[in-house]
Amino acid sequence: MEYDLVVIGGGPAGLAAAEEAKKNGAGSVLIIERDRELGGILNQCIHSGFGLHVFKEQLTGPEYAQRFIDRLEGAGIDVMTDTMVLNITPDKTVFAMNAEKGYMAIRAGAIVLAMGCRERTRGAIAIPGDRPSGIFTAGTAQRYINIEGYMVGKKVLILGSGDIGLIMARRMTLEGAEVKAVVELMPYSNGLKRNIAQCLDDYNIPLYLSHTVTDIKSENNRLSKVIVSEVNGFEPIPGTEMEFDVDTLLLSVGLIPENELSKSAGVEIDPRTSGAVVSENMMTSVDGIFACGNVLHVHDLVDFVTNESEKAGRAAAAYLAAKKSGSAEAVEAPIHLLNGTNVGYTVPQKVTVSKVDKFIEVLFRVKAVLKDATVVVRAGDTVLMTKTRDQMLPAEMEKLILPRKILDQATGRDIIISALKEKSEVK
Amino acid sequence: MAYDVAIIGAGIIGCSLARELSRYDKKVALIEKENDVAMGTTRANSAIIHAGYDPEPGTLMAKYNVEGNRLAGELAAELNIPFERCGSFVLAFSEEDMKTVRTLYDRGVQSGVPGMEILDGEKVREMEPNLSPEVVGALWAPTAGIVNPWEFALLLAQNAVLNGVDLLLEHEVSGIEKEKDGFVLHFTDKEDVRAKYLVNAAGVESDEIAAMAGDDSFSIDASKGQYYLLDKSQGALFHHVLFQCPGPLGKGILVSPTVHGNLIVGPDANPGSARDSVATDRRGLEHVVKESRRTSAAINFRENIRNFAGIRAQPSTGDFIVGPSESTPHLYNIAGIKSPGLSAAPAIAADAAAYLVKQLGAKKKADLAIFRRAPMFKNLPEEEKAALIKENPAYGRVICRCETITEGEIVDALHAPITPRTLDAIKRRCNAGMGRCQGGFCGPRVLEIISRELGIKPEEVLLDRNGSYILTEKTNKGGDR
Repeated sequence: MEYDLVVIGGGPAGLAAAEEAKKNGAGSVLIIERDRELGGILNQCIHSGFGLHVFKEQLTGPEYAQRFIDRLEGAGIDVMTDTMVLNITPDKTVFAMNAEKGYMAIRAGAIVLAMGCRERTRGAIAIPGDRPSGIFTAGTAQRYINIEGYMVGKKVLILGSGDIGLIMARRMTLEGAEVKAVVELMPYSNGLKRNIAQCLDDYNIPLYLSHTVTDIKSENNRLSKVIVSEVNGFEPIPGTEMEFDVDTLLLSVGLIPENELSKSAGVEIDPRTSGAVVSENMMTSVDGIFACGNVLHVHDLVDFVTNESEKAGRAAAAYLAAKKSGSAEAVEAPIHLLNGTNVGYTVPQKVTVSKVDKFIEVLFRVKAVLKDATVVVRAGDTVLMTKTRDQMLPAEMEKLILPRKILDQATGRDIIISALKEKSEVK
Repeated sequence: MAYDVAIIGAGIIGCSLARELSRYDKKVALIEKENDVAMGTTRANSAIIHAGYDPEPGTLMAKYNVEGNRLAGELAAELNIPFERCGSFVLAFSEEDMKTVRTLYDRGVQSGVPGMEILDGEKVREMEPNLSPEVVGALWAPTAGIVNPWEFALLLAQNAVLNGVDLLLEHEVSGIEKEKDGFVLHFTDKEDVRAKYLVNAAGVESDEIAAMAGDDSFSIDASKGQYYLLDKSQGALFHHVLFQCPGPLGKGILVSPTVHGNLIVGPDANPGSARDSVATDRRGLEHVVKESRRTSAAINFRENIRNFAGIRAQPSTGDFIVGPSESTPHLYNIAGIKSPGLSAAPAIAADAAAYLVKQLGAKKKADLAIFRRAPMFKNLPEEEKAALIKENPAYGRVICRCETITEGEIVDALHAPITPRTLDAIKRRCNAGMGRCQGGFCGPRVLEIISRELGIKPEEVLLDRNGSYILTEKTNKGGDR
């Protein structure tokens, strides 16, 4: 089997990348999806709030996905669902299998990685105590409730104020469960402001910041009690324990890009994002392999996933076109985008300046809550650009436009992006 | 029901003995209070087949360990139990430790452990490059290995059942009555069972069972040990079992790859623990992390996927208790089976079976059916994968993404001897849910398959032990209340 472009993953990232690539002349395109339907995790996100940026209206998750699935009609894109990719080699052979076609080796001219992410588990944060039933990651509980149609408990505590946890606080309340509290280790919430208001405040669900779960008790092998303590930094403070009588604990303690396949293909991984290192066109360290969406870095909004994935789709089409015409011209070595003060990561991590038309869009996250802050872009000691922001939150991804002329001013040096606390006049 | 032999406890000991006895023409019951086999110490330990240099020569522990190590290799090959004879190091960090290493070496020689060598730090790091530079030398024992302990017990139990042993799950013994020719066993909520011979393999509760039968010659202390189980990214760091030299501060923390490719780190030791709790605690877990750093600073504990704890049965006598009871005729105790119990089990079972066979005048059956673990689909060559999917499309459907486990394998497990009824029972049989997402993605699908194949409601599918329900009720009821 042979395709010009193979897209791994049929969630929002894979769908947008495949459609945009096809539109831009990518040739034969195949989407491989491991679940039974296209749409990815959006299928279980039945609340609304998706699409405000891309479609200028509020859609539910399934509706948002359906817009892209509908566009596949007559687009000439092949789709394999219920199909698992087992391995990707650096020479872009994709090994996959399904019940119908069996074991397949698919040769690809280019690959877009769009496998999404998985949830961090109890083990990842080593919560001590009993190991009864009743402890779920928020996404697994969401699947049981919204897809399978079964409730997972009656009295609930949620650890982690990430968006899925907040959404599930509301969802379980609406299904008749009693959500006793949301507990957050950090001194700030990790969810979008609007979700705090609409999912917690509207239902009088308390949010305990700087708290964590320190023990778990069970009765007859089902969760019966969760002990929560205040923390100093990450250390629980003795004497601050609170007991919650609950039968269910939901964990919303972070998402991890699923890059096991990327690693098998030899793709360089950025330890800060746990996703691939990419350049301005979303190409990874392996020639012709691109990455986008939550497999690259965890996004807050699906709209941003769509934008990023369309960029990857266009780049994959351009890559295939250049390969066909044999017009791959020599380019200079890329410069790196480095993290300065308070910046946790940037995507992309590399830029080939001569390839940039007018500007690049840099996405980044800050490591602390910053009010009246300044974003400073430097090359060595030279300040290239500053931008003021009223507020920056770790929970909300920041976007920065770097015009070509600023990139040129770096004159081949790496660029450092920092977020400083005061609205300072940086000279 | 009446049996020639009733074995109480379906851990590695009970399962090994049941399998041995199933070769003979006698009626045997394997009795277990939980809803599956291997639910106690057998499923929560270091998963090591020890070489046998550690126990004092002349003890039952030394004798059965060395012999059991050899037999484990044979059983693993016969039943396709995941087992790897990768060898072990006892790491020394000082000259004082090197003295201990030499003592262990001498013990091993006396007990008949083959192939041991004392190596210097440089040689050890050559074989394990990620070890701490503080390692000055080690005892190398090539016969040590790693095994999947619960599958070890499960395969033995499945073979026993296939050859006529009755497995009585969810049978909690509440009383034992002595009769002229044996015993009557009473249960909390099941019919009585009569047996001519009673084997007490009840693990941490074996002193209670012995006392019920009139033997109070020993007592058991529960010692809890806690572990980390890390992602395969960390399992790739090491290739052998790595013990720390035992010292005045304890037995040290073990670091070892598992047969699944993960990394296991632990245990701490908590004598005097409750018998019925395998809860972990923060202090113990922190101790494990800290002490493991002596072996290697390379382990990334952010890659942890699960913590667990297991209970060891520490006998008041200091050694394994194996043999006919001195006070109660027809009672055979196999008690206090702490480390190296997993390694010793096949040898203990052989001795116990020989005794019972002689007492009962049992005869070998003409032929024995053998149930082997099916090879994991993901490890098959490409042509075999393709052929299997053609034969049964369910092998083409991957249910567990992290471990690449197919629907075909899960369905096979559900229809093998000893029906798994819980998510964890499926995990123990075919690894679905054992990976880095810990069943987050595959849990709902495995639940659906169990419900479908066994014809039970989704709400009836449990996570693990009885009582561990997952789902409460159908949705769309919230608005009515």
